[in-house]
Amino acid sequence: MSEAIETEVVREGMTQEATVDTIHMNMIQAINSAMDVMMERDPTVVVMGEDVGFFGGVFRATAGLQQKYGKNRVFDTPITECGIIGVAVGMGAYGLRPVPEIQFADYIYPALDQLVSEAARLRYRSAGEFIAPMTVRSPFGGGIFGGQTHSQSPEGIFTHCSGIKTVIPSTPYDAKGLLIAAIEDNDPTLFFEPKRIYNGPFDGHYDTPATSWAGHPHAQVPTGYYRIPLGKARIARAGGALTILCYGTMVHVVEDTVKTLGIDAEIVDLRSLVPLDIDTIEASVKKTGRCLIVHEATRTSGFGAELSAQVQERCFYHLEAPIARVTGFDTPYPHSLEWAYFPGPVRIREAINKIMKD
Amino acid sequence: MSDPTGSGGMDGQAGRNLPPLRLHVPEPPARPGESADFTHFDIPAADAAPRPDEAAQPGDMRDMAYGLIRVLNEEDAAVGAWNPRLPPETLLRMLRYMALTRAFDARMFRAQRQGKTSFYMKSTGEEAVSIGAALALSRDDMCFPSYRQQGILLARDWPLVDMMNQIYSNTGDRLKGRQLPIMYSAREAGFFSISGNLTTQYPQAVGWAMASAARGDTRIAATWCGEGSTAEGDFHSACTFASVYRAPVIMNVVNNQWAISSFSGFAGAEATTFAARAVGYGIAGLRVDGNDILAVYAATCWAADRARSNAGPTLIEHFSYRVEGHSTSDDPTAYRSAEEGSLWPLGDPIARLKAHCITLGIWDEGRHAAMDKELAELVRDAAREAEKNGILGHGLHHPMESMFEDVFEEMPRHLHEQQQQMLDEWKAAGL
Repeated sequence: MSEAIETEVVREGMTQEATVDTIHMNMIQAINSAMDVMMERDPTVVVMGEDVGFFGGVFRATAGLQQKYGKNRVFDTPITECGIIGVAVGMGAYGLRPVPEIQFADYIYPALDQLVSEAARLRYRSAGEFIAPMTVRSPFGGGIFGGQTHSQSPEGIFTHCSGIKTVIPSTPYDAKGLLIAAIEDNDPTLFFEPKRIYNGPFDGHYDTPATSWAGHPHAQVPTGYYRIPLGKARIARAGGALTILCYGTMVHVVEDTVKTLGIDAEIVDLRSLVPLDIDTIEASVKKTGRCLIVHEATRTSGFGAELSAQVQERCFYHLEAPIARVTGFDTPYPHSLEWAYFPGPVRIREAINKIMKD
Repeated sequence: MSDPTGSGGMDGQAGRNLPPLRLHVPEPPARPGESADFTHFDIPAADAAPRPDEAAQPGDMRDMAYGLIRVLNEEDAAVGAWNPRLPPETLLRMLRYMALTRAFDARMFRAQRQGKTSFYMKSTGEEAVSIGAALALSRDDMCFPSYRQQGILLARDWPLVDMMNQIYSNTGDRLKGRQLPIMYSAREAGFFSISGNLTTQYPQAVGWAMASAARGDTRIAATWCGEGSTAEGDFHSACTFASVYRAPVIMNVVNNQWAISSFSGFAGAEATTFAARAVGYGIAGLRVDGNDILAVYAATCWAADRARSNAGPTLIEHFSYRVEGHSTSDDPTAYRSAEEGSLWPLGDPIARLKAHCITLGIWDEGRHAAMDKELAELVRDAAREAEKNGILGHGLHHPMESMFEDVFEEMPRHLHEQQQQMLDEWKAAGL
C-alpha cells in the first residue's frame, strides 16, 4: 500500500473500518468491488441495467454479483433507459438504494427527463418526503474508437441541472472509494466511468502499446470498505508553474504531457464536478497564477466554461495569463478522426507552452 | 439550391404514376358552435361484460380491452358479474367522498379566480375514478397519481387544510411553496409527489411495485395518467417493465377525452382503445365506465387481487369525460363544443350513484342537499383556516433562504454561497 493511500484512509477517519488488505485491481475490478462491498453491507442496494445480470455487464463491471446476491438484487433490464431510471426512482421511493447502469453515457439521453426532472428534483419538490438515493453508473468518454455513439462526455449537461451530483474517478483506488461514497449518498449521483482507462492508464499516445494498471500505486486497492468523500479534489501532482484542472482520462494525459515537458505544473484531479472542491482550485491558482482546463467534452457550455468563470471570479488579481481550455471540439465525436478530436498530448503541450509565454 | 430529398419538391411526382400520399391529421367530431353527437358511441349494457378470473392469462381475456365494464344500468340498479354488492354504508361513503371532491374543487377553483393562488385543476366528472380506486385499494398501497386524482387524498381522509396550504403555497405548506398548486406530496397517505412532467410516475410506480415484490412485501402500487400522455415514452417503458417482471401494479389510464385542447384522437383513440395498449404487452387490460364508481371499484379490486396473488399487472382504461377545462389556465369553449359535457352519454358519476342509493331506499334528495351544504361549509371552514397561513403572493410564505434547502441532503458550498449572496444583495438594497 502506498503512503498516499494510507494517508487518505486515515484522513477520512475510517481507520476502524478500513482494512489494510489491499490487492491489485484495475478500474473495472475496483468498481465491481465497490458494488460487492456495498451489497454485502446494505441489503437495500440493488444493481440493474442492460446486460448487467447473468452476463455481468458489457465491460464486466457487475461480473459475479448476480451469482452472489441473487436475481432480486441484480437483474437485467429491458432496453429503455427512461424505464431504467424511472424504475430506479420508484425503487428509491420504496426504500431501496438502486445502482442502475446506463451501458454507455451516449445512451443516457432517453433517461434525461427521469434524471433531471424526477430524480434530481424529488427531494426538493417533496421537501424531503421522498428521495432518490440512486447512483447511476455509466462508462463515458472516447479513445476506444467508439464513434459518436460510444464516446461522448455528457457530464456538462448534468452539472447544469440542480439536484444531482456528478462524480468522475481517474484511478482504481478513487473509483472504489468514490463509488462507495456515491452509493451511500442520499442524493442521486451520476458516476461517469472513463472507459478508456478501465484496463490501464492512458497517456494519450494512442500509437504506443496500451499499458495496464499493473504497478500503478493507485491500482493497489483495499479489498474492504473505504470511502472518498464527494466534493474533495485530489492533487495529482503538486507544482508551482501553473494549475491544470482535469478529471477522468485527462488526468493521465496531462500527467504524461507535464512529465514530458518537464514543467512544474500542479495537476488537480477534480474527482467530483458537483459538488466542486473550489477551495482546492482557488488555492492552487492563487499559488501558480496560471490556469489550464482540460476536458474531453465539447467546449461550448462545457464544464470548463464553469471552471473558467469561477477561477476568474475568485483569482482574477492573481492571474498572470488568460485562463485556457483544451477540450473536445464542438463537433460530434468523429470515428476515423478520433485522435484529432481527442485532447491529446499535442494540444495540451501547445496550450501549456502558450499559457507560460503569456 | 439542391433538392435535399431528391423528390423534385412540392410537385415531386415527376414520372411516377402513383396516387399522392395523404397525411391524416385527426379532427374531433365537434368544435365550438357545433352540436355534440355521441350517437356513434357503442355503450354495452351494464351486465354485458364477463368477469374473468383474477388469475386469467392476458391472452384469454383480450376482449375485456375492447368492451366496457359497467355495473349501474339505466334503471339505476347494480347488475351483472362485476357488481361488487357493497353494503349501504360503503355506497354512502363513496357518495360522500365524491361530493367532497366536487365541493373542494369548487372552493379552490373560486379561490384561484379570486386571486388567492396561481393555478387549480378540477376533477369534475372524474371523481369516481379516484374515489372508487382509493376505496378499493388498501390504505398502505402506494399511489403514483397524476394531477387530477385529488380524490385519493380526500378518500384517505387527508386533512383539507394541508391540501389547501399547498394550493396557497403559504407558511403551512409542507412543500415549502416549491410546487405548483395541486402538486401534492403526502408520504403518510401513500401518495407520491406529483410531477408536472407527464407520465413520469408510470415507471416509478412499476419500480416501487418491483421493489415491493423483490422484498417479499404485500403492498402493491397503483398509478394514473391521462389518455393523452399514454403517448409518452415513459408509459411504454412502464408497460414493458411491468410485463417483464409481472410487477404488482395497477396502471390506470383516465380517458377523459381531452388533453388540454387535443382530443383523444391525438393519442390514438381513432384506431383502438387505450385498454388495448395492454394487449401488445401481454398485460391484463380492462376497459371501464369511469363514471360508474361501482365499476371502477370492482375493476380495481379485481386488479388488486391479481397483483397481490403474483398474477401480474393490470392496465385499466377509465372511460370518462373532462367536464371542465384542463386547468384554470384554459377556456374549453375555445376548442370544443359546449354541449359535450351535458350530453355525455355515461352521465355524471355523483348523480348516478345518488340515483342508485335513492333507488335502494338508503338515500333521498333531502339528505343529499343537506350533505352538499355540510360539505360546502366544511371546505369553506378549511379554506378560512388555511388562509390564516397566507395566500399566494401576500408575503406569508416560507423565508426566501429556504429556497436553497432540500436541493441536496446537505447544502453544498456553492448553494451556501448563492444563498448568502442573495441575502447580502437584498440587505444592501435596504430590503
